[in-house]
Amino acid sequence: MRPMAYMPPVMFAIVAVGLALGLLIVKPKEIPSALIGQPVPEFDLPSVVGTPHGFSNADLIGHVSIVNVFASWCLPCRAEHPLWVEVGEGGLVPVYGLNYKDSQENASKWLADFGDPYTAIGADLNGRVSVDFGVYGVPETFVIDGQGIIQLKIIGPIDRFTLENEILPTVQELQALMVAEGAE
Amino acid sequence: MQSLVRLWTGAFVALMVGFSVAAHAQVVTEIIDPPLENPVLEARAQAVHKLIRCLVCQNQSIHDSNAGLARDLRIIVRDRIAAGDTNDQAIQYLVDRYGDWVLLKPPFKASTIVLWLGPFLMLLLAGWSARAYFRAAPSQVAKAVPLTEEEQRRLAELLDPEA
Repeated sequence: MRPMAYMPPVMFAIVAVGLALGLLIVKPKEIPSALIGQPVPEFDLPSVVGTPHGFSNADLIGHVSIVNVFASWCLPCRAEHPLWVEVGEGGLVPVYGLNYKDSQENASKWLADFGDPYTAIGADLNGRVSVDFGVYGVPETFVIDGQGIIQLKIIGPIDRFTLENEILPTVQELQALMVAEGAE
Repeated sequence: MQSLVRLWTGAFVALMVGFSVAAHAQVVTEIIDPPLENPVLEARAQAVHKLIRCLVCQNQSIHDSNAGLARDLRIIVRDRIAAGDTNDQAIQYLVDRYGDWVLLKPPFKASTIVLWLGPFLMLLLAGWSARAYFRAAPSQVAKAVPLTEEEQRRLAELLDPEA
């Protein structure tokens, strides 16, 4: 056979492999965040009924922190919650809660039932602050540096692997950076 | 055999009709969020809604989507427009938070150049390869071969039996 006879199947194979890679590698459900490297939005939210502190952007200045967007009606939030309880007990980094479009009654009950690892929780009743954070589903998690700049965003529930290989290393790196800058 | 074909054709048509009805039902969603009182501003807000991709159900605009977040974003766009934003400013407000992703029509820039020019490149490549392929292939039309003497004689006989 002459070489040109192989052209149609070869062209087909190139296109098919290209499309397959696109399907397998790109995760269409995970929208890249526009806010990485940007300061957190300004907000000042009241606390969820039954918790002591409200939550504002000023709370995020001066130390590395985690912001976890959650809701009592969100099942994946319940799945990841024990890990946040663990992080809260560990005391390595403060975890702040952004309670997304939740009933106050349900949110307090949820926290009483499953544990409250949060340093402070803001009740985002109409979801506006979450929109400012670029949130499009719950749960979502942000790691924020000492200057209040968003450094990492995790979409969807975290698992132990993400926590130990992505979130906590980022936190430690940012904390080490703060110590280094403070020493100068 | 023929009845089987008819059965499959029937099933296929039924399925297609079903899909089109379902698609139609999705488009005619009830507007549950209150429109702006000023019809001019509301028309502008709706024009913006149609350009914004719903982040939950990603192939719909927030105008068409029933998702809770789509509703929230519709209301935010109305608030921005009512507060005096131009359409572009209202769109930019969402782009600042969600990136170019929220635009159903992506902008033409360095990161999207493959998206915009890719199809034309593919078409060029396809045209070039088809041309090369057909040029190299042997002609399907048989080369004309002159008639033999015997054939000439028979042809003459058929054309003019008198001779």
